[in-house]
Amino acid sequence: MSSDDVMKGDSSSMNTVVHQSTTHDSAARHATGEAVYVDDIREPVGLLHVCFGASSCAHGRIRQMDLSRVKAFPGVVAVITAQDLPGLNDISPMHTMDEEILCSGEIHFHGQALFAVAADCRDTARRAVQLAEIDVEELPAILDVEEAIRQKSWVAEPHEMKRGNPARAIEQSAYRLQGELQLGGQDHFYLEGQVSMALPQEGGDMLVYSSSQHPSELQHLVAQALGRADHAVTVEVRRMGGAFGGKETQAAQWAVIAALLADRTGRPAKIRLDRDTDMISTGKRHPFRIRYEVGFDEQGRIEGIDLNLAALCGMSADLSAPITDRAMFHSDNAYYLPHVRIRSYRCRTNTVSNTAFRGFGGPQGMMGIERVIDGIAAQLGKDPLAVRRANLYGGEGRNITPYHMKVEDNVLPELMADLAESSAYTHRRKEIAAFNLQSTVIKRGISLTPVKFGISFTTSFLNQAGALVHVYKDGSIHLNHGGTEMGQGLFIKVAQVVADAFGVGLEQIKITATHTGQVPNTSATAASSGSDMNGMAALNAVNKIKKRLVRFTTKKYGVEEEDVQFTQGQVWMGEQSMTFPELIMEAYLERVSLSATGYYRTPKIWYDRETARGRPFLYFAYGAAVTEVEIDTLTGENRIRRVDILHDVGRSLNPAIDRGQIEGGFVQGAGWLTTEELWWDQSGALRTHAPSTYKIPLSGDVPEEFNVAIWEPGVNREPTIHRSKAVGEPPLMLAISVHSAINQAIASLAPGQALPALDAPATPERILMCIQSSGKP
Amino acid sequence: MNTHVIELIVNGDLREVAVRPNLTLLQLLRDHLRLTGTKHGCGTGDCGACTVLLDGRPVNSCLTLAVEARNRTITTIEGISTSGTTLHPVQQAFVEKGAVQCGYCTPGMIMSSVHLLRTNPDPTESEIRHAIGGNICRCTGYTKIIEAIETAARAKKGSGQ
Ligand code: FES
Ligand code: FES
Repeated sequence: MSSDDVMKGDSSSMNTVVHQSTTHDSAARHATGEAVYVDDIREPVGLLHVCFGASSCAHGRIRQMDLSRVKAFPGVVAVITAQDLPGLNDISPMHTMDEEILCSGEIHFHGQALFAVAADCRDTARRAVQLAEIDVEELPAILDVEEAIRQKSWVAEPHEMKRGNPARAIEQSAYRLQGELQLGGQDHFYLEGQVSMALPQEGGDMLVYSSSQHPSELQHLVAQALGRADHAVTVEVRRMGGAFGGKETQAAQWAVIAALLADRTGRPAKIRLDRDTDMISTGKRHPFRIRYEVGFDEQGRIEGIDLNLAALCGMSADLSAPITDRAMFHSDNAYYLPHVRIRSYRCRTNTVSNTAFRGFGGPQGMMGIERVIDGIAAQLGKDPLAVRRANLYGGEGRNITPYHMKVEDNVLPELMADLAESSAYTHRRKEIAAFNLQSTVIKRGISLTPVKFGISFTTSFLNQAGALVHVYKDGSIHLNHGGTEMGQGLFIKVAQVVADAFGVGLEQIKITATHTGQVPNTSATAASSGSDMNGMAALNAVNKIKKRLVRFTTKKYGVEEEDVQFTQGQVWMGEQSMTFPELIMEAYLERVSLSATGYYRTPKIWYDRETARGRPFLYFAYGAAVTEVEIDTLTGENRIRRVDILHDVGRSLNPAIDRGQIEGGFVQGAGWLTTEELWWDQSGALRTHAPSTYKIPLSGDVPEEFNVAIWEPGVNREPTIHRSKAVGEPPLMLAISVHSAINQAIASLAPGQALPALDAPATPERILMCIQSSGKP
Repeated sequence: MNTHVIELIVNGDLREVAVRPNLTLLQLLRDHLRLTGTKHGCGTGDCGACTVLLDGRPVNSCLTLAVEARNRTITTIEGISTSGTTLHPVQQAFVEKGAVQCGYCTPGMIMSSVHLLRTNPDPTESEIRHAIGGNICRCTGYTKIIEAIETAARAKKGSGQ
């Protein structure tokens, strides 16, 4: 199959490696415990263990920091503060210069790193940290969005998207509605915490092993802190024990601290954050306050809408600008908004700097509009699904987003119809209504919500990827690319693409660790773009090698180019064939280059942020979920009874892996919206910093009936790798149906009234409060 | 700090190690015996990533002191397959069913499952959920894990093990 065929999605090839449910390449090693994570790497002789001392107030100025007892503690080898940095004291990913590695004077949040200690053993380093004497002058802290807005405390300027005349449209509408929704944050709780090990090399070079989604940035930040060129630093990442966005920027600080101490002592140094430290000192999903005002007609069709999104960004910009932009890009979710204004406020607060988390602002944006739709339905006494359908993007005249991109690939009308039917939505909604009439304490609710998620980094230049492919003399293949493996199955998907293109079995391919020396200047493995971009880059490398092999074969055997086929481990030249290794050996002897780099840049995309216009996404991924819940109106306890999901992954590269992403994403989203509550006290200290108080979904929380299906007709209209679609983030937002269904259950207590204003997470406490404030016991 | 010399059986081998009184069983396994299949997830007994079998019963090795394992038998993820080359039926089922994503919870999850199937060869779905109730998986959403344990139970029954 040629690359053109791949783009066309033609699968007439005899090769059957792609579109197959191959298991994760490391699955057996995971199951035997052989898989090596950073903390499992055999520790080099002389390894130092690093811990850091953290601030215990949210905002203040260090008057004096006395570390003499720390330094004197037996076993301590080195102690560093901001003054000891050879290079720049900054790790802000977008060069906003507002995020120090070690605090130089002004403390910006509770848990900020002030100094770091390296000792012969971990225990010693931890004990030594406790001996610091730090005198701090406390300053008034901004701890919430309201206060930040009052003080105009921003990490980035407010931003607006506008199309048409929303104020007039709302004014002239037959019906109007306004309201507010509070959304909590979310801790990533990757099961493997932040960890890095730095090994000094000759000539001042540094080798870093880290659990990071962004090796290239880590390389740059380590070099910058050491005051060296990027080429002096090499970063390797074999795998992460989960990441979910939490290791996109948040891995850097620890890697840099380990490298600084390794550089200073000339000894290898490792840092592994304790779970509480990890939860206190690393960023999370952004909490949002969303306000809306909407005008609509008697069908529930939105005519004009004004959305106000205020995000709690924490003490620094980090990635908050693109995250809050993405929230704006998804404030329409699946719906056409004829006249629209979306304003976004990026609040700087004295809390840990919030960061990327699966969905990257998208989930918060979607929650807003889905609440609006439920509110409209309640006001008109309609089935929310009917209102959703009435508002979906449609053909000409109803297909422009608030940022002027045309929606050309919308499959939701069909997909939602299929799902409503397969889940018996209408029938069950009636049953639930009947149940609620006779059940006094237990109430049920059902909701079907769609997802339309834009695929591409909205910062256009990030949409590039590289790969490196070698074929060795024996026909075995070395595969490397810039993407990182965090459990999502990226490595196996790219290996499938390469095996398919060479017409060989997967066992011929050696999957190798992400390494800044092999593929440079990579983007983070994020934005769900991993297989789209790295798959294409790897294919590009394979095609270069194949082209040389074909040229060589036609010359040597006098066959036509189109007669040369790579399939089932053989290379066919018309009627004749030889094995792939045989051809490789012949090519080698004839001095054909058997190694190539590959490169990919996403086509078509552009965005002008000034005018908020463009095509920031190559395509959209779609899906929908129906969730049925049950709540106990006396205790607020709740339970998911049944979930049905239909999700569009285009032509799946690996259906089993994709299903895993859908199931896991949904459950993680349900956690965000129901059980996972971050709670800061009045001094700005996080009090839910362990799994004992921060409730992550457990096996018992998973719906009893969980029907997950990949939407069969799915095919990407854009020329992506084998016509597949990205799947990492979109399924998380299917869990919006859980929150919406709980709200429906609460609403059943007071039929005919305005929709209850349930915030998130919908903990039992919040559900009870909501029941009380909705007027009925 | 003074150390104690203890003997214990790890995956069938008698080991003699000098340990500090505050050393956890998890540290003993990972740092002293280099059995790194057992993972550190939280260190506070809340995630199950460090689950091993102590005299056949699952424990959080991060909360167990190494000295408590004196003269006792420990089985870790490295020790459940009897042949050394083939996978244990539970491992096999986890691989086949796609119950593994990042893999960090997997060893602990498998240890809890192995114990379940030893004590209850034919568990119901709710018994399975209960048995892994102390093991957090942040990636999979548990469905495939539950399916894998059901599959392993069936496979064991079929093979008469
Ligand atoms: S590491 Fe032992 S329970 Fe989490
Ligand atoms: S597979 Fe990642 S935590 Fe379970």
